[in-house]
Amino acid sequence: MGPNNSNKAAKAYDVIIIGAGATGAGTARDCSMRGLKTLLVERLDFTAGATGRNHGLLHSGARYAVTDGESATECIKENMILRRIARHCVEETGGLFVTLPEDDLEYQKLFVDSCRAAGIQADVIDPKEAIAIEPAVNHKIIGAVKVPDGAVDPFRLTTANVIDAQRHGADVLTYHEMVDFLRDGKTVTGVKLRDARTGEEKTFESRLVINAGGIWGHAIAAKAGITINMFPAKGALLIFGHRVNNIVINRCRKPADADILVPGDTISLIGTTSSRVPYDSVDNMEVTQEEVDVLLREGIKIAPSLAYTRILRAYAGVRPLIASDNDPSGRSISRGIVCLDHAKRDGVEGFITISGGKLMTYRLMAEWATDMACKKLGVDAKCRTAELPLPGSEPEAPKNTAKHHIIELSTEQLALEGRHGTLAEEIPHDINDDALVCECENVSVGEIKYAIDKLHVNNLVNLRRRTRLGMGTCQGSICACRASAIMARAFGQAAAISDLESFVNERWKGMMPVAWGQTLVEANFSAWIYEGVCGLGNNSTDKIISDK
Amino acid sequence: MEEYQKENISRDNFEQCIKCTVCTVYCPVLAVNPDYPGPKQAGPDGERYRLKNPAFYDMALKYCLNCKRCEVACPSNVKIGDIIQRARLTYDKKPVKLRDRILAETDVMGSLVTPFAPIANFALGLKPVKAVMDATIGVDKHRTFPKYTGKKFVSWFRKDAPDQSAYPEKVAYFHGCYVNYNYPQLGKDFVTIMNAIGYGVELLEKEKCCGVAKIANRLVDRARHDAKINLDSIRHAVLDKKMPLLGTSSTCMFTMRDEYPHLLGLDNADVRPDMMLATVFIYRLVEEGKIKLAFRPDFKMRVAYHTACHMAKLGWNVYSTGLLKMIPGLDFVMLESQCCGIAGTYGFKKENYPTSQAIGNDLFKQIESLNLDVVATDCETCKWQIEMSTSVPVMNPVSIIAQALDVEKTKQLNQH
Repeated sequence: MGPNNSNKAAKAYDVIIIGAGATGAGTARDCSMRGLKTLLVERLDFTAGATGRNHGLLHSGARYAVTDGESATECIKENMILRRIARHCVEETGGLFVTLPEDDLEYQKLFVDSCRAAGIQADVIDPKEAIAIEPAVNHKIIGAVKVPDGAVDPFRLTTANVIDAQRHGADVLTYHEMVDFLRDGKTVTGVKLRDARTGEEKTFESRLVINAGGIWGHAIAAKAGITINMFPAKGALLIFGHRVNNIVINRCRKPADADILVPGDTISLIGTTSSRVPYDSVDNMEVTQEEVDVLLREGIKIAPSLAYTRILRAYAGVRPLIASDNDPSGRSISRGIVCLDHAKRDGVEGFITISGGKLMTYRLMAEWATDMACKKLGVDAKCRTAELPLPGSEPEAPKNTAKHHIIELSTEQLALEGRHGTLAEEIPHDINDDALVCECENVSVGEIKYAIDKLHVNNLVNLRRRTRLGMGTCQGSICACRASAIMARAFGQAAAISDLESFVNERWKGMMPVAWGQTLVEANFSAWIYEGVCGLGNNSTDKIISDK
Repeated sequence: MEEYQKENISRDNFEQCIKCTVCTVYCPVLAVNPDYPGPKQAGPDGERYRLKNPAFYDMALKYCLNCKRCEVACPSNVKIGDIIQRARLTYDKKPVKLRDRILAETDVMGSLVTPFAPIANFALGLKPVKAVMDATIGVDKHRTFPKYTGKKFVSWFRKDAPDQSAYPEKVAYFHGCYVNYNYPQLGKDFVTIMNAIGYGVELLEKEKCCGVAKIANRLVDRARHDAKINLDSIRHAVLDKKMPLLGTSSTCMFTMRDEYPHLLGLDNADVRPDMMLATVFIYRLVEEGKIKLAFRPDFKMRVAYHTACHMAKLGWNVYSTGLLKMIPGLDFVMLESQCCGIAGTYGFKKENYPTSQAIGNDLFKQIESLNLDVVATDCETCKWQIEMSTSVPVMNPVSIIAQALDVEKTKQLNQH
């Protein structure tokens, strides 16, 4: 498949899935593995919604054990499955639930009992032992419980699901927005899509459409005249410049703001907040000063070094919860999975919505949706997504050990293998391809070429999600222009320059809420490079384009 | 936000790095050895990965010279060299090679060899011996070993040095391994100058090797052991006896001032301001009008000054060159500040020899082009490298001053 979604989409499918977050990608994988002719459609890029804007926490389920036993049980089951099938997306860090002096130690007992009831291993340990295994934790803790939390990279996870879906024959269209359903009376018979880059409208027929649009599923369903009462719950997070902790630290209390610190790849994340936001704001989430204050104030309580660690950026996502009561915060809403057959619920045939849930349960959600799809289409096929490893996480071929001992792997090589697992073998190597583009995150020229060729990369933001380019300390200051030069070869100079400008602005958007200290210095340095040296902004882009 | 996030605090200031990449431009290794990731990647960039998992440690960090030119270049005060050296000491778990142990134990080797100095010097100069050392333990055969002395500086000082007790003001002298085992004349020159300007010299109660070679070769426990002994003696001299501690080797002084607190975790803040090179001490006295120097009218010498990397880091080359420029008969030339390539024991290692010579190449060419009598430098290993790689002899500024000084007249000028 080429860079421009040039895979020739067929005209008729068994199933079209709208939305390429983890759930949509997982559903495409499951459907195609069960032999359904599948099209996955995304109006922007994979993981552009809530999938790319969460904690990256491989929940053990412990967080939900007290308040939502069902979700907790689902979490621990999926947790164990992901460790097997998505090895290269998961880091088995372990997790701690710590009790601060201001918290009630009584809660720990309820917590441990609830975890065990949900099938989650929860071991009470001495606070001293907790401090020994995770020195970043507040040394004043009065209680600690060990649970099987971990970290999961949602970008890699989703990409791996897309790759596997394609290996099983699925077609994929990114930057295609669904503008309407094709209908035959009350039956959905396909979709009309608009190519976001050309404006061209295309129709695709299918026996079934699955709405996996997350919070945007509300608008998708509305096009079929169906109301789904979504509860947009915004969650804000802060990214710290490097790993502060190597074990997930949770606060052992009823879930509240900023009580989870997750080590994700090279950084640490504190989150989240939870506040209901108007539905029409979900496309443009900005982190407020109050949210930054809350995240810091509470975060420092579990890991005091957050008080002086550089913050790279702030971001927020919207949980696609389905509202069921009048809870103003959304915290007590079940994170449970909602799978709706609109034929039964609304009298609209050929249309399913899969929503609710969370990143941890994406595979189970996909399984439910695919089970329902198979049943409706009269296909008898078993789900195998829990057994078969994702591309990149296959068991490794025995290494040529003799060679392995002689050659010491560099940091870059290890980073690359960490990101792509066994797929790293597809990345080209030579003296030019091994040159680093993103030095903070060790992204090479070869890795960028591979992403452009194989991973549906159309712009620098796509590239960032596939490789971590620009996610490091300099937030793209050094690498964005280098990457843009490679992009220009694939997409032309004019497109690459305007893309570079929007990428730099996108990086600045996340830095702005935390622009003090070295992050402010970094932003100034970046502005100096891009405005001063490269001449971006000041209509310079227009000039370059019009010159052509 | 008042109480949090007032500043970003991190070990070695690694979070202050804004990725400007200036350090990379000033790294002498990166320019000639593409296997080295460079200071930015080896330092603050790599540190983020090592914090994630020590398995990300890159063995190529061993190519770092520890010249600290990256730190001099850094506009954000990131201790890039310290980050790299600390990573080597923390994550490189490979056993230290026999060759590295031998090279690092400068004082043990000195004590063992000096009794047999003539034989040892003869043997170390023989081509077959060099070939065997090259083939067996990996000491490059091109290297010339510094000659060992038959009589240690310390022995001379105790038995044959002029009486130091009569001077009302005194300084403590850290002679270092080179003066003691290889080149006592530099120490004698130091004593001559100090006596001429009216200061007596004392040695430390106990002096061990400063440890620079042990740190470079990851023998950190041995280095710390010696450093503690040195610091105890220095405290006794500086705090109890109110003497400044002077040295004639820039690297020894740099190590004891900066590497002790940064890499060995030994606080020396109470004595650090009183530890300095002899040239710093003397220059300041002249500047303050406390002493006067008289030079021989017949002294003539064309001298180029080479800034050793650790002198650049200390910022002390102005003192050494300032003193040299006071000598009327001295025709002074300043060389480009660049690494000579040897970096102590680094250049002795077979695997580093080509890198070492490639780094120094421009410097050697410049030296040869200037029609010099002498190159002056405050570092003994730079001396070995430049003498091996050019036709020009190398002297410590202290020895040049001692040669140029009219000792009797200076003594008269400084009688109180």
